[in-house]
Amino acid sequence: MTDYEAVIGLEIHVQLRTNTKMFCSCALSFGEEPNTRTCPVCLGLPGSLPVANAGAVHYGLMIGLAVGSELAPRSIFHRKNYFYPDLPKGYQISQFDEPLCLGGNLGGVRIHRVHLEEDAAKLVHAGASGRIQSSRTSVVDFNRGGTPLAEIVTEPDIASAEQAGEFLRLLRTTLRTLGVSDVNMEEGSLRCDANISIRPVGATELGTKTELKNMNSFRFIERGIRAEIARQEAVVAAGGKVEQETLHFDPRSEAITSLRSKEQAHDYRYFPEPDLVPVAITQEMLDAAQAALPELPAAREARFVEDLSLSADAARQLSWRSEQGDFFESALSANPSAPARTTANWVIDLVARIDAEDPADGPVTPAALGRLVVLVEEKVVTGSGARQVLDRLITGGGDPDEIVEAEGLTAVGGDDTLAPIVAAALQANPDVVEKLRGGDMKPVGVIVGYVMKETKGRADGAEVTRLVRAQLGL
Amino acid sequence: MSTLRDLTAAQAIAEIESGALSSDEVFNAYREAAAGDTLNAYTWVADEAPTAAEGPLSGLPVALKDLFCTEGIPSQAGSRILEGYLPPYTAAVVEQLQAAGSRIVGKTNQDEFAMGSSTENSAYGLTLNPWSADHVPGGSSGGSAAAVAAGLAPWALGTDTGGSIRQPAALCGIVGLKPTYGTVSRYGMIAFASSLDQAGTFTRDVADAALLYGHMTARDPRDSTSIGHPEAIAIPTAERLDGVRLGVPEELTGDGIEPGVLAAFNASLKLAQELGAVVETCRLPHAPHALAAYYVLAPAEASSNLARFDGVRYGHRKPGDGTLLGMYTATREAGFGDEVKRRILIGTYALSSGYYDAYYGTAQKVRTKIADDFRDAFTRFDAIVSPTSPGVAFKLGEKTGDPLSMYLNDVCTVPASLAGLPGISIPNGLAAAPGGGPELPSGLQLIGPAFSENRLLEYAHALEHAIGFDGSGARA
Amino acid sequence: MLSRDQVLHVAVLARLALTDEEVDRYATELSGVLDHIETISALDLDDVKPTAHVVEVENALRPDVPHESLPLEVALAQAPLVADGGFQVPSPQAGG
Ligand SMILES: [Mg+2]
Ligand SMILES: [Zn+2]
Repeated sequence: MTDYEAVIGLEIHVQLRTNTKMFCSCALSFGEEPNTRTCPVCLGLPGSLPVANAGAVHYGLMIGLAVGSELAPRSIFHRKNYFYPDLPKGYQISQFDEPLCLGGNLGGVRIHRVHLEEDAAKLVHAGASGRIQSSRTSVVDFNRGGTPLAEIVTEPDIASAEQAGEFLRLLRTTLRTLGVSDVNMEEGSLRCDANISIRPVGATELGTKTELKNMNSFRFIERGIRAEIARQEAVVAAGGKVEQETLHFDPRSEAITSLRSKEQAHDYRYFPEPDLVPVAITQEMLDAAQAALPELPAAREARFVEDLSLSADAARQLSWRSEQGDFFESALSANPSAPARTTANWVIDLVARIDAEDPADGPVTPAALGRLVVLVEEKVVTGSGARQVLDRLITGGGDPDEIVEAEGLTAVGGDDTLAPIVAAALQANPDVVEKLRGGDMKPVGVIVGYVMKETKGRADGAEVTRLVRAQLGL
Repeated sequence: MSTLRDLTAAQAIAEIESGALSSDEVFNAYREAAAGDTLNAYTWVADEAPTAAEGPLSGLPVALKDLFCTEGIPSQAGSRILEGYLPPYTAAVVEQLQAAGSRIVGKTNQDEFAMGSSTENSAYGLTLNPWSADHVPGGSSGGSAAAVAAGLAPWALGTDTGGSIRQPAALCGIVGLKPTYGTVSRYGMIAFASSLDQAGTFTRDVADAALLYGHMTARDPRDSTSIGHPEAIAIPTAERLDGVRLGVPEELTGDGIEPGVLAAFNASLKLAQELGAVVETCRLPHAPHALAAYYVLAPAEASSNLARFDGVRYGHRKPGDGTLLGMYTATREAGFGDEVKRRILIGTYALSSGYYDAYYGTAQKVRTKIADDFRDAFTRFDAIVSPTSPGVAFKLGEKTGDPLSMYLNDVCTVPASLAGLPGISIPNGLAAAPGGGPELPSGLQLIGPAFSENRLLEYAHALEHAIGFDGSGARA
Repeated sequence: MLSRDQVLHVAVLARLALTDEEVDRYATELSGVLDHIETISALDLDDVKPTAHVVEVENALRPDVPHESLPLEVALAQAPLVADGGFQVPSPQAGG
């Protein structure tokens, strides 16, 4: 049986968070009444003309710089012609063969291009409003129409659904850090299409690709890609051929359906938009974009490793997921004596246990988590005691010092309290003592366990081991 | 008998400023004449005199080609698909004229979406040539040309894509100025071919053209391609052409020009020499290919510009079979006329997959060569002169069955359009029509380098006086 | 030469419904126009740059500052069919 590998490229549309639309001065819409953010330009009224938004170009350049693109000294807009009710002019103004940014790399995935275009309006299917007789009609709301979009196209460098998900999270973090977009998939400000093909492992030729359209959450994207890879493998295993087509993934049924229709025969008749002039990047525009760049995930990752001595894995996780990195850094700044490496591990433990994309949305505040790290560091509470404190924080929030106090989790330490318990433990386990004396330190765990039981987990394991050695003269 | 409608616009303004005439008196005289229009030059006429802004145009009326959007006033661009359409905004150039004291007296008939050379392609009926009711006024701005020639407006705005101001001006015996592309905002002009469309003037004389154009140029932030005019437009006064080098392109003065038109043209070249001009033959080697390139580029842009007429947000709608596709096709089938469909089909074809390079790409290169030809010519000449149109006005219906022969009307005007250059047509006397009948006006076209309007207007002014055309015959 | 099929294909792209008579007539008329247009294909234009714009303007960008939008009733005033504060269209999903 042949093994197959997947080859995946992504096309991501990101709504830019400018003040105004791409080609007119209407403010962007955030849930206003339908058709209250329109003007002659974004309604495509006869005689109206587009004028490109300097803010959108600025954001486009920031994205290009952030992913290491080559910024085109001169780029132009084209018209992409097709009829659809959400497209008021009968064409979308987009960029075609001379885009704003070319090439680049983000987290090891090569970027093919980044270009600017305008978003379509929203079609509301009247069936949804419950009026049966109108299920054959839709209503167009042009509020969203003309919102600036950056379209980011990757090279087919992605080999799995998981990697696609990782890349998208890094991209989202990058865009959010740049402040150019809300990057909220649920609200449609980030939309992703995936081009997927499979080929025998080791083959260099690309297989026929399908396009999986418009997936609107990270989970759906990963599931959709996984399902499409499985579908293609099944087609090939059954002796069939994958057909080039556009597909839709239904996350509820996991079903993949073809969007093929009689209008599939697209011929977009691209030609240079005569109503717009070229965008020619000036030094001033470049300087402004450069100056607006904050610390990006790759730089943060490097700083975490070099300045804070985090492990490579921890540094990557906390920098690629900016909300986790932000949580980590605020835990540190609220508790300057907390060691960074340990704090990072506690943050990673925390996010593994709570169900939130952003740990700051959970019950544990960064300051509380940092304080808990300090309490462990100062041996006020033991590691296992601290885990109990964390349990309490996760279920009900609160202040770590108060929880330690209230639950009596203060570490039992010091020779005065701990030494007699250790002595008792040794006395109760003569066989262990014999092995220890013989140089076999493995059974020390039995003694630690005894002490833990006696102290209800408030003893420090390392401290117990030290006392065992001292009392046995090892 | 001379009436106030025999005054040029500048003369009327002077009379108003001196107090000899009132602004409303002038406006209403034109408004009433326009309301009694028997040429079908107008598609809409004002009910009453609107309030005028304080300004140098003294409340004078202006007629607008229908494709200029005017808030609350029908703007139908000669098309059934826009029947009754009331825009929520006014075109930039119209606003500018209103701010200078101009008042809209009416909207004028035109070929549908400016596609045509005879104004026979209007959903709102034919417009007649004021010199002969059997003949077309030219087009596409035929309504504006006829209105000014017939004394139904002191002046008017038109648009010129391949000759739509210059050709009807020539056929109606008045002055038509197509300015340099980019000097007048296109915002609010219902588009035909965006990279070629340019607003311009119809006036009785050259001085009026300068006066009106001077109030139209501006860099408009709403039109990315607008740049305004680098200098103020002066009212021309030249009576001589001493040392002015005029180039006569072989390609625009040979075969295909009617003998009567050619004779009138040659007579005017003699006059130019008498005024001191140096007149020599020149070459525009790619001019014979201009029409072919134009009939790729303009329909291609038009096919896209007219996609917005889909029955959703404004205009005509037909449900068809009730599906979306059915609504689109039925709406556009019923809303567009023959010539518009023809051009949409050609343009769509020229842009379609597999044909783009052969048609659109090649035409864009021809455009480059034509601009180069002019650039070369202007190293030796101050202006290029030719007949405006190869013939005088033709008979109504004569060319409607043969698109190509209709397109050939633009042969002399299209090259300057492709190069974005300014061109002005001035009346060149009456010439015999090939089929007999009354003598009809012909035009002389001057083309200059980009932004040379001031010089071009001076040359035109000197020639106009030397030719001494009397246009009153159309105002009977 | 433009065939009937080509005319029909282009008509679908352009969303024009044509009668049989129109298809035939346009095929003939447009073929004549295309014959004329095709004379430019004989020119040697290999090294010539295409002209998209005659104006040599660049950027012409607009500051990212909002202006007031149209009132809803003005936006909808010219619409042939209005429903629920929007422009009503046959549903694209309901075929076609
Ligand atoms: Mg796109
Ligand atoms: Zn808008």
